[in-house]
Amino acid sequence: MTVKAGEPKSRLDPEPVPRRDFLGLAALWAMAGAFLFSLAGMLRLPKAAVLSSPAKKFSVNLPDALADGEAFVPPGRAVALFRDGEGVHAVSLICTHLGCVVKPGPEGFECPCHGSRFKSDGEVVAGPAPRALPWIKVSSKGGAWVVDEDVKVPAGTKEKA
Amino acid sequence: MSTPITQEHAALQTFRENLLAAPRRLLDATFRSGKPTTDRTRSTFVFGNVFLHLHAVRTHRWNLRWTTTMGLGIASTAAFLITLITGVLLMFYYKPYPDAAYDSIKDIHFVVPTGRFIRNIHRWAANVMVVAVLLHMARTFYTGAYRKPREFNWLIGMGLLVTTLGLSFTGYLLPWDQLAYWAITIGANIAQSPREVTDALNLTDNFDPGGFQRLLLLGSDVVGDEALIRFYLLHVMILPLALVMLMAVHFWRIRKDGGMVRPVDADQRLAPRSGETYPVFTEAPQKTYQLAAIVKGKTGVVGRGPENTVPSMPHLFYAELAVLMLTVLICVALSLVSDAPLKELANPAVPENPAKAPWYFLGLQEMVAFSAFMGGIGIPGIVLVGLGLIPFLDREEKGTGDWFGGPGGWPLVRRTIPFGFGIAILIEAYVIRFGWLREWFPSIPQLVITLINPGTLLTLAYALYSVWLVRRHNSTRAGALGLFTCFLCGFIVLTIIGTYFRGPNWVFYWSPADWPKH
Repeated sequence: MTVKAGEPKSRLDPEPVPRRDFLGLAALWAMAGAFLFSLAGMLRLPKAAVLSSPAKKFSVNLPDALADGEAFVPPGRAVALFRDGEGVHAVSLICTHLGCVVKPGPEGFECPCHGSRFKSDGEVVAGPAPRALPWIKVSSKGGAWVVDEDVKVPAGTKEKA
Repeated sequence: MSTPITQEHAALQTFRENLLAAPRRLLDATFRSGKPTTDRTRSTFVFGNVFLHLHAVRTHRWNLRWTTTMGLGIASTAAFLITLITGVLLMFYYKPYPDAAYDSIKDIHFVVPTGRFIRNIHRWAANVMVVAVLLHMARTFYTGAYRKPREFNWLIGMGLLVTTLGLSFTGYLLPWDQLAYWAITIGANIAQSPREVTDALNLTDNFDPGGFQRLLLLGSDVVGDEALIRFYLLHVMILPLALVMLMAVHFWRIRKDGGMVRPVDADQRLAPRSGETYPVFTEAPQKTYQLAAIVKGKTGVVGRGPENTVPSMPHLFYAELAVLMLTVLICVALSLVSDAPLKELANPAVPENPAKAPWYFLGLQEMVAFSAFMGGIGIPGIVLVGLGLIPFLDREEKGTGDWFGGPGGWPLVRRTIPFGFGIAILIEAYVIRFGWLREWFPSIPQLVITLINPGTLLTLAYALYSVWLVRRHNSTRAGALGLFTCFLCGFIVLTIIGTYFRGPNWVFYWSPADWPKH
């Protein structure tokens, strides 16, 4: 950078960026870029490619004495199975509000946490739940029923034995 | 001939003297300036010590008045130190794996010597810390201490509040009992609740921040071992580190922002000083000063009159020690009276009924019981943004440093309290008696239910009230005084209803004695 004679230059005047400074800045930005890139890499860590969760597919035998419209909840599962003249269907018992396990009753389902109530087909009747309880895929297999909690089916889908 | 022997004797003699003097010299080497008996040694006592030198060597007498700070900041720090020490002790036995976690807490409670006592103190100190931090924020607000130049420290303080609540909440999961398991299930689903909005807008397949937040917290699609290890990591490592860093900035900024806030006429209002202490500067400074460099910011102390200060050692430090001791006393006393709870082992099939979060979240839970997104994320977000904006909207100067200072003052706050309590109780009573939107209009769109929560109405009522105050008093501070007071009232009402008047299925009961038996 040159300063012409007889033309005093204040230190506060803006200067064009000299080459050396430009290289320095380029290095700085390259470093910032590298940091951002590695940060993006590290941010991928918290989500594993395979999530650890219990198996969602299980098989269950319905008791013969199960009445029409009566709920059967397999032990340790948040699913209710029903049997009627049209076949068998399963409704998820996980409240769509905040994930509590709803309790099947004669008129539908009740959530113990914040009082959401659902009809027996899963429709929301009262409370804060934003969606109906989803229906879950059941299929018959050699007299038993296979339930797959990961597969949702439209409400009203019933499976014949 | 005899010279070497004498020299040997002399060396031995010196060795003996040095050995005897070692304890005294160790003390001298540690505390180089000697006993803090004069103004000079009292100063070196402060700045010669790495732990104390965050303090100024002299403290304004206004700061030492009980009503200036009520010691709430120190009480928060003290409670944090107590949780830090007891927390490290608990880590000797705690195992962050689902069923082992529950067993290890049971061991700590019933087998480990002093284990129950240490766990109680840890739990009570955490509660004391939440209370102290909230009260400290109220003190800072009502004395106008957030105003310029302390805006940034107010924001750091909000970060500390959020981190404190985060620490408490993550600690709630660790016992892996029913209470913990269902509180975390609810918490994680609140994190997922933006999905209510994206669902209503049909966006969830492409844009699902809610699901991402839940996955980030739980590391799985269920609350299990991954969730426990994440909450443990947050509780013992990430959040404490964040808290310590924020605390360091918070304390440092107090000094850099000019110390504790005090009214401009503080010196006139203080009683005359006692004879023991001396002013730092003479009445009329004789020296002239020259600016050696152009620097931004405040100039150094030049040409100021006598300062109404006293040495921090002993005046400030003894006051701080007293607050520390009082905090320890409160935590220990509460720990002797009341044990930390431990319910049955977590059972993912049967929710605790009612499943209640820690008490300071029960106000939120009360709102969440109407819609998860607005109650759990929307309104808390609005409150945080509002609190953060206060110092940037209130640029007034009148009343800084005085309790309830500024236009309107205490009479305004006094009139606001019944309004704040009244409207919160009114809205809650109406909703409890007559139900909410879905009961009235069964086919109402979900988005309306998600966004219009009784809490939304309450927030709106408070906001309109404070806008009216701004107009009436022609002052932003008046509006802020009203809004903050309303916020405290609403927080108290919702928390009390959530804590004492909600039973199984989140139904309103006048007393737990009326809860249905099963």
